[in-house]
Amino acid sequence: MKYSLFPGCSLRGTGRAYEESLLPVLKAVGVELEELDDWNCCGATAYMALDEVKACVMASRNLAIAEKLGHKELLAPCSACYLVLNKTKHYLQESPAVRAVVSKALSQANLSYQGDVEVKHPLDVLVNEVGIPAIKQLVKRPLKGLKVIPYYGCQIVRPYATFDDQYNPTTMDRLLEAIGATVVRWPLKTRCCGGSLTGTLPEPGLLCAYVLLKESVKRGGDVIATVCPLCQFNLDCYRDKMADKWGEETVPDPQHKGGAMPVGPHLDMPVVFFTQLMGLAFGLSETELGLHRGFERMKPLPMQAAA
Amino acid sequence: MVKLERTIKFDSDRVPGFGREVMSVPGCEQLESCIQCGTCSGVCPLSIYMDYSPRQVMELTRSDFKNEVLRSTTIWLCASCYACTVECPREIRITDIMYELKQRAIKEGVYPKRFPIPVLAKEFYKMSHTHGRVTENFLATIMFLKTNWVAAMGMWKLGLGLMRRGRFPLKLEAIRRKDELARMMETVDNLAIAQLPNATAAAKKG
Amino acid sequence: MDKSKQEVRVGFYICHCGHNIASLVDCPAVVNYVGKLPDVVLARDYKYMCSDPGQELIQQDIREHKLNRIIVASCSPLLHEHTFRTATEKGGLNPFYFHMVNIREHDSWVHTDRAEATAKAKALAHAAVDRVRHHRALETKRVPINPAVLIVGAGIAGIHAALTLANAGKKVYLVEREPTIGGHMAKFDKTFPTLDCAACILTPKMSSVGAHENITLWSYSEVAKVDGYVGNYTVTVKHKPRYIIEDLCVGCQECIKACVYKEPKFPDEFNLGLGKRKPIYIPFPQATPQVVLIDPDTCLNLKMGKCKKTCVEACADRQAIDFTQKERFEEVKVGTIIVATGFKTFDAGRKPQYGYGRYPNVYTALEVERLVNAAGPTGGEVVLRDGRRPKTIGIVHCVGSRDNRTNRWCSRVCCMYSMKLAHLIKEHTGAEVYSFYIDIRTPGKGFDEFYGRVLDEGVHFIRGRVGEVTDWAFIPEEEDKLIIRVEDTLGGVVRRIPVDMVVLSTGLEPHVDAQDVRRLFNMSCSSEGFFLERHPKLAPVNTFTDGIFIAGCCQGPKDIPDSVAQAGAAAAEAMALIDRGYIEQEPNTAFIREEDCSGCKSCIPLCPYTAISFAEDKKKAVINEALCKGCGTCVASCPSGSIVQNLFEDQEIFSEIDGVLA
Repeated sequence: MKYSLFPGCSLRGTGRAYEESLLPVLKAVGVELEELDDWNCCGATAYMALDEVKACVMASRNLAIAEKLGHKELLAPCSACYLVLNKTKHYLQESPAVRAVVSKALSQANLSYQGDVEVKHPLDVLVNEVGIPAIKQLVKRPLKGLKVIPYYGCQIVRPYATFDDQYNPTTMDRLLEAIGATVVRWPLKTRCCGGSLTGTLPEPGLLCAYVLLKESVKRGGDVIATVCPLCQFNLDCYRDKMADKWGEETVPDPQHKGGAMPVGPHLDMPVVFFTQLMGLAFGLSETELGLHRGFERMKPLPMQAAA
Repeated sequence: MVKLERTIKFDSDRVPGFGREVMSVPGCEQLESCIQCGTCSGVCPLSIYMDYSPRQVMELTRSDFKNEVLRSTTIWLCASCYACTVECPREIRITDIMYELKQRAIKEGVYPKRFPIPVLAKEFYKMSHTHGRVTENFLATIMFLKTNWVAAMGMWKLGLGLMRRGRFPLKLEAIRRKDELARMMETVDNLAIAQLPNATAAAKKG
Repeated sequence: MDKSKQEVRVGFYICHCGHNIASLVDCPAVVNYVGKLPDVVLARDYKYMCSDPGQELIQQDIREHKLNRIIVASCSPLLHEHTFRTATEKGGLNPFYFHMVNIREHDSWVHTDRAEATAKAKALAHAAVDRVRHHRALETKRVPINPAVLIVGAGIAGIHAALTLANAGKKVYLVEREPTIGGHMAKFDKTFPTLDCAACILTPKMSSVGAHENITLWSYSEVAKVDGYVGNYTVTVKHKPRYIIEDLCVGCQECIKACVYKEPKFPDEFNLGLGKRKPIYIPFPQATPQVVLIDPDTCLNLKMGKCKKTCVEACADRQAIDFTQKERFEEVKVGTIIVATGFKTFDAGRKPQYGYGRYPNVYTALEVERLVNAAGPTGGEVVLRDGRRPKTIGIVHCVGSRDNRTNRWCSRVCCMYSMKLAHLIKEHTGAEVYSFYIDIRTPGKGFDEFYGRVLDEGVHFIRGRVGEVTDWAFIPEEEDKLIIRVEDTLGGVVRRIPVDMVVLSTGLEPHVDAQDVRRLFNMSCSSEGFFLERHPKLAPVNTFTDGIFIAGCCQGPKDIPDSVAQAGAAAAEAMALIDRGYIEQEPNTAFIREEDCSGCKSCIPLCPYTAISFAEDKKKAVINEALCKGCGTCVASCPSGSIVQNLFEDQEIFSEIDGVLA
C-alpha cells in the first residue's frame, strides 16, 4: 500500500508529534509513504474567510501535483486539510464556474486536475484498509486498563462523512480497542474544540475546549486521543488560561470528599494523538512518538508488559 | 431616565439584492427554502454568544438586511464546525454562507479595528501567498502583535512552553515554486467569477 | 361492409382551451392549414370544445354536413376522449370514428415559442387527418364483474370498507397479515381531539367483522399472487401457520397459562417490546379472531422438539393445537380489490442525535401510547425504564418528517397526536410537559380548539426544532437528566432544557415491503413510496388499474376519520362496479388474421392476460376478446404480422407518421 502524504502546515509546527508518531506506525503496518512534492498550504478555515475561490485554487494545486505524480491517494492527517481538500473536490465537481477558474489558474503552472485523487484520513486507512486484525497482530504491549476518551472533533466527520457515521463515529473506538485500551463512552465525541477561536476570541473559544477536558475528567478518562493537530493544541496548550477562568470548578463524584471532584487547577488530563497510543502499543518509545511534547505527560501505563 | 431605542426596520433599511447575491454563490442557493426551524441555532456550540442566532442571520440575509448581518458578532463566532450544515432539514450550507458573509465583511472593512479574526485571515492569506506555506508560530505572533499587545505579552508562557517542547520551530516554511503560485493567484485576480458562464448553475445538493 | 369507406368527410375542431392552448398555438392558422387538406369538409376553432355548446357543435355538424370522421385537437385524451366520443355517438356516428389530438400537454404546455408550437400543432393535426381516414366502426365490449371483493389489510380502513360492503350484501374476503385485525388503531389509547378511547370504538367494529356472515376473515395471511383483470381477479392467499386449528380454538387461553414458561419471557410485538409474552400467546385481550398462536422461534417444541407440551394437555377437550401445521395456499376469485395496508412509523434510530436506543429514557410516541394505555405493559403508568416517575417530559415533533435527509413530507397526524400525548401524560403524571415544534398543524374539526385546551392545561410549547438530546451536563442542575438543546425561536433564546423523559413523535412512512406489495397489484407509487391515486384531487381512492382501489394510510399519512372516509369511498367505488354488473371496455383488442397465421405459437406465452390459445384443429392461434386488454405485446411480436389491434392498425399508425412528417 502506497500513499502520498500531505502533512499540512500544523504538522510541521505545533502538531509535530502527530507526524512523528504517524510515520513509524504507518511503517509498522506496511504502508509506504511519500511526501507530496512541494505541497502548499491547504488554506484551512482562515483562508476560506477571505476568498473561497482562491482557497479552492490553493488546494487544487496539491491535488494537481498528486495527480501529475500518479498518486491516486493522498493522506491528510490534519482534519482541516482533510476537509478543505474534500471540499475543493466537491466544488470542482458541482460548480462549472469554480472548475473554470481553477483550470485556468492551474494551467499557469502547467498543471491540471481531472478529479482522480482520493483524499483520505489516516484513521480511515488504518482501520478500513490495513484492517483491525493486522493492527492487532502488531500489538506488543496492549494498553490494558488505560481508559481512553476518543475525541474526533468536527471536521473529520462533518460535513463529509466519507468513512464513518456523522453523529456517532466509531472508527477510532474500534482502533483503540484493538490496541487493548478501554474506550470510555462519552457524549462529546464530535463537539467542536473551538477551532481558531481559542486564539482570536478566547472567551467562547476556550470554553469549547474546556468543557471537553472537564467532561473527560468526569467520565474517568486517563487520556484523550485526538485526530487533529488543532484539537490537540486547543486541549493541551491553554490549560493555564483555563485554570484562570475556571480553576475552581468541580464535577460530581460520589467517591470524592464532599461528593465533588475538583477539575484541577491545571486540568491535568493528557491529550495525545491516536497514533501515539498506537505506537506505544506497538512497543515504540515515548520519545520516538513525541509524547514528551505534550503539556501534560501521560501517566505511566497501568500495566507494562515486557516488550 | 430609561434609554429607549426605536428598532423598527423599514424597507429602506434593506439592501435590495443582497440576499440574491449571497445565494448566487455556488452552494448557497438552498437558503431560499429555509423554514426557520431553528435547528442550526439549536446545535451550534457558539450560538449562546451570538447577538443574532444563526437562524436569524439566515432570515436577515434572505431579507436583504445586509448592514445588520455584516455587523453581527455571529459571523465571526462561527467556528466552522459544520454541525448546523449536517442537521439542516433543508440542506442549506449554513457554514458556507457564514464564510460568504465573513468575506464580504472583510472586503468592505466592516469590523472593529484590530479585530483578531480578519487580521488573522489577512495575515494567513499574505503568508500563504508569499511562501506557499504557513509557519504557525510566526503567524500567531504577528496576529497578536497587530491586534493586542497586552495579550501578546501574556502569551509568553505558552510560547516558551512550546519552544521547550520543540513545537515552536524558528524555520520559515516555504515551497520551492513560489513564482508558480504567484502566477496562479494573479490569474484568479484577473478573472471575475461572475463573468464565467454558468456561474450560478451549481448543484443544490451538498 | 363499411359504407363510410367510400367517401371520407372529416370535421376538424381545434380548441382554444381559454388561454391554455390559444396563448401559444395560433388556432386560426391551424384551422386554415387543416381546412386545405384533402377530405376535410370543415375546420373550426372554438374556445372550449368540452363545453355543452362545443359538444353540441359536433353533433350538429355531423348531421348537417354528413361528417363521418371527427377530430378534436385539444387536451389529453385521458380527460376528454370519452366526452367527445359520446358527443360523436349522440350525433349519430360510431364513436370510434372520433380521434383526439393532444395539443395541450404535448404542445402548448411544453413550448415557449409561438411559431414552434403552431408548427407542431399543424403537424399533429395533419397526422390525425391521415390516420382517421383508416378508422373503422367498432363496438365496446362488456366485461362482467365478479361480485366478491378482496380487501387487503384489516386496520380501521380495511375494517370499515369490509363492513360497508358486507352490510350491502356483498361477499368480502378480508386478508390481514398480523394475527389480529385492528391495525395501528388497536394500539392507541385515546384518539384526538375528542379523547375517545380507541379500543372502545374499534372493538365493536372488530367483533362485527368477526361475526359477519358476508365476511370471510383470513388473519395471519398474506396475498401471494394476483392474476386477472378488473371484474375477474384470481388471488392466491398464503395462510401462515399458527399451529392452532382456528375453528376449534375458543380463545379460553388455558394453553397460555399452562405453558412450560411460567413467566412471559419474550418481547411482545403488540407492546413494541415493552412487555413480555410467552411463546404461545394472543396479541391482546380483544384480538379478533380470538385465537392464540405459537411463535416457532421461541417455542421449545417447534425449535428443539423437546417439550412437555403442557399446552396440548390444557387443550385436551378441544385439541386445537396442531404442531404439524404448515403454510398453505388458497385461491379465491373476486371482481374488485381494495388495498388498505396502512403504514409503518419512522425508525427513530435513524436520528441518532435524539438518542433513541442510546439513552434508555428516550421513547417513541407509539411506545408511550402503550405506556399510557391501561391495558398496556405498565398498566397505564407512565414510568421511566427504572420505574421512576418522570417529573419533566419533552415531546419532540417532526422526527424523521419534513426533512430532506429522511422523509421530506409532513406526516399530518403527529402534531395532533403529540398534543394528545401531552395531555394524557400530564393527566397521568402531573409532570411538566414541553412540546418542541416547527409549526403547529391543526387542520381538522376541533383540532385547533384542542390545541387551545392543551395550552390551557399548561403544556409548554416551544417553537424550535430540537438540535440534540444529550446526557452531557453543563451545569450541576443538569446531572442525571437528558438535556434538550433547542433554540426557542419565538422567544429568541437558545435553551438547554433538562428532562427526565423524551418522547419522539415519529412520522408515518410506507411499509418496508410496500414496493413488493404494490407490484403484486400492479399499482404505481409516488416518489415517497405511498401507493399512487389516479388523480390527487378527483380520484383519491382509485388507482391506475381498473378494479383496484386504495384506502387509508397506504395512500398517504392521514388520521382515522380520513381513513374511514377513504374506506367508504373505496367501498362505494367497488359497489358501483358490482351493482352495475359489468364495465365497458374500449374495443382496442387484438385479433388474428387467420389466413396469415403460421401457427408458430410465439404469441401465446407472451400474453400477460393468457388471452391467446391455440386451436388444434385449425393449427392457428385464437385470441379471446373477453380477456384481451389491448396491451399490444402479441401484435408487436408476431413474426408474420398476422395479429392486428383495433385502433392501432399498421395503416393507421403509418399514416399518422406520414402526416407528422408532411
